[in-house]
Amino acid sequence: MTKADGSGAVAAPRRGGPRRRRVRPAVPLPLLLPGAVALVFLLLPLVALLVRAPWSSLPSLLTSTEVWQALQLSLICATAATAVSLVLGVPLAWLLARTEFPGRGFVRALVTLPLVLPPVVGGVALLLALGRNGVVGQWLDAWFGITLPFTTAGVVVAESFVAMPFLVISVEGTLRAADPRYEEAATTLGASRFTAFRRVTLPLIAPGIAAGAVLAWARALGEFGATITFAGNFPGRTQTMPLAVYLALQNDPDAAIALSLVLLTVSIAVLGALRDRWMTAS
Amino acid sequence: MTNPHAAADGAPPPQGPPAPDTDACTGGAGGNPHPAEGRAATTHPHPTTHGLHAHLVVTRPAFHLDITLTAAPGEVVALLGPNGAGKTTALRALAGLTPLTTGHLHLDGTELDRTPPESRPVGVVFQDYLLFPHLTALDNVAFGPRCHGATKTDARTQAAAWLDRMGLTEHAGVKPRRLSGGQAQRVALARALATHPRLLLLDEPLAALDARTRLDVRSQLRRHLAEFEAVAVLVTHDPLDAMVLADRLIVIEDGRVVQEGTPADIARHPRTDYIAHLVGLNLYRGRAADGHTVELAAGPVITTTEDLAGDVFVAFPPSAVTLFRDRPTGASARNLWRCEVAGLEIHGDQIRADLTGELSLAADLTTVAAAELDLHPGAPVWATVKAAQTHAYPA
Repeated sequence: MTKADGSGAVAAPRRGGPRRRRVRPAVPLPLLLPGAVALVFLLLPLVALLVRAPWSSLPSLLTSTEVWQALQLSLICATAATAVSLVLGVPLAWLLARTEFPGRGFVRALVTLPLVLPPVVGGVALLLALGRNGVVGQWLDAWFGITLPFTTAGVVVAESFVAMPFLVISVEGTLRAADPRYEEAATTLGASRFTAFRRVTLPLIAPGIAAGAVLAWARALGEFGATITFAGNFPGRTQTMPLAVYLALQNDPDAAIALSLVLLTVSIAVLGALRDRWMTAS
Repeated sequence: MTNPHAAADGAPPPQGPPAPDTDACTGGAGGNPHPAEGRAATTHPHPTTHGLHAHLVVTRPAFHLDITLTAAPGEVVALLGPNGAGKTTALRALAGLTPLTTGHLHLDGTELDRTPPESRPVGVVFQDYLLFPHLTALDNVAFGPRCHGATKTDARTQAAAWLDRMGLTEHAGVKPRRLSGGQAQRVALARALATHPRLLLLDEPLAALDARTRLDVRSQLRRHLAEFEAVAVLVTHDPLDAMVLADRLIVIEDGRVVQEGTPADIARHPRTDYIAHLVGLNLYRGRAADGHTVELAAGPVITTTEDLAGDVFVAFPPSAVTLFRDRPTGASARNLWRCEVAGLEIHGDQIRADLTGELSLAADLTTVAAAELDLHPGAPVWATVKAAQTHAYPA
């Protein structure tokens, strides 16, 4: 017994050395292999895009009026859709997070529906609601002479429909995490509930709103299905970048790659803007 | 300098008297809750129009609060009670953050039952202060005046004057997270006072502070509350805070008022085990049988010096108890009980022995005495208390 104890005492420091160097235990192969495949699968298309990019003709491709028009339209429409989402979505998020009303859970589920709805279905639904013969659209046309489908405004409507839920869910989550007693403190100081929201809650949840807005903007920028269904594909009027990429792929693959690179750059920029929120989550 | 609030430190509070006849009410700091009773009764439906008259009833599924609260201007009232007694609910009801189920709330003659919190002349210092983290100390204090219609410049001038009164001028531009606990507490107090409330509510104002800061802040808070000329209600579970800061204590247990009075009165005549424990007394309830003996419900008899009849309380401090290992012979004490040590703990520089047996009681003795008696849990002891050291009063 004493002999075993003695050898153990000698062996302990020797064993402690390598154990300290190898901090983590070995990764099991059944997890490592599929994980590596998944990573390659996600990265390969992006690499292919870079490999096949027509780098020499890129400047001329990107400075053509059609590309410029599509990019400009995309940026304007995505920004307008984000603005619409902010103006309407932040109050909706507040209502969902801070008030009690019957069927709130159901309303919340409805708000998130566009997140999972195929965008083309969203476009069809928008046509039925706001089209010239739509449920509401016919009155818009008859009373105000407003027609939304196949106009730039229609692009904004389609993008807002798809992007707003991202903002609402993001802001609602931030609101739920924020301490509602700050609003109470503000009301005891004489602030109305709206003033409390504007001067206390809004600054406190600003990071969440910004993240939600970036998310909504990125979603609006890439929107394809609802836009082409509801607003069509007219260059300079409703042809946004994703639509231009799809069309260019038929006749001019190089132009499609160039446009895709632009969108990839924008996506990476968005990821950079959100890195504090997502990439430090681990 | 036209700003009327730029009062120097130690000067009278900036609020002027709200009405010419308040002089009858503002002298109430000594603890008399109804100084203007006789005068106002003939002209007003309420005993006094000034100050706070509240009957707060809040009913929730598992909780019922029903307390009556009155306070004169200039008076500081403490709601004292264990956790979950309903103190904070009462405070929230006064502030309008929790609606009253029934009851009423009158402040300076105005009914506030249905008034939303932003329209009540009420200031609140929250337990963890709830200073707005995105605003500087100055803008936190200026928030209230801004909401009451002051211009940005005017609100900031007022806020600067309040911070000056609190001795925080050099911290005006600092965000709350960079303030110490004591500084944050003073900013919170300044923020609540800057709206000129007629009712100031403080929720556990010292609970968030460490022991050392607490001493300083408590004495500063006492000074500021003494200067405050309207009603102040503070909520605490700390009897020392309550007794130092308040003119009058209202003890709440299970949503009801169990005792009310000056700190001295409550410390001398506790009426529930909770208060007796807080002020460190052994408390018993029984019937005065004949003359000086009180029969407790459980059987034992306590001899006192007071001559009372009917239901009475008997209280005596743990230090009045003397312990013996063997039954004392020829002892003058008639109060002699056979007990057993249930537990021992250090209490200051003394040992506190918890005893069970004929009578459950706490006894204080020196460490030397405890060693000589060889006290340990389970040890049998005889406990005596001189009749002169007990105090009996009607229940």
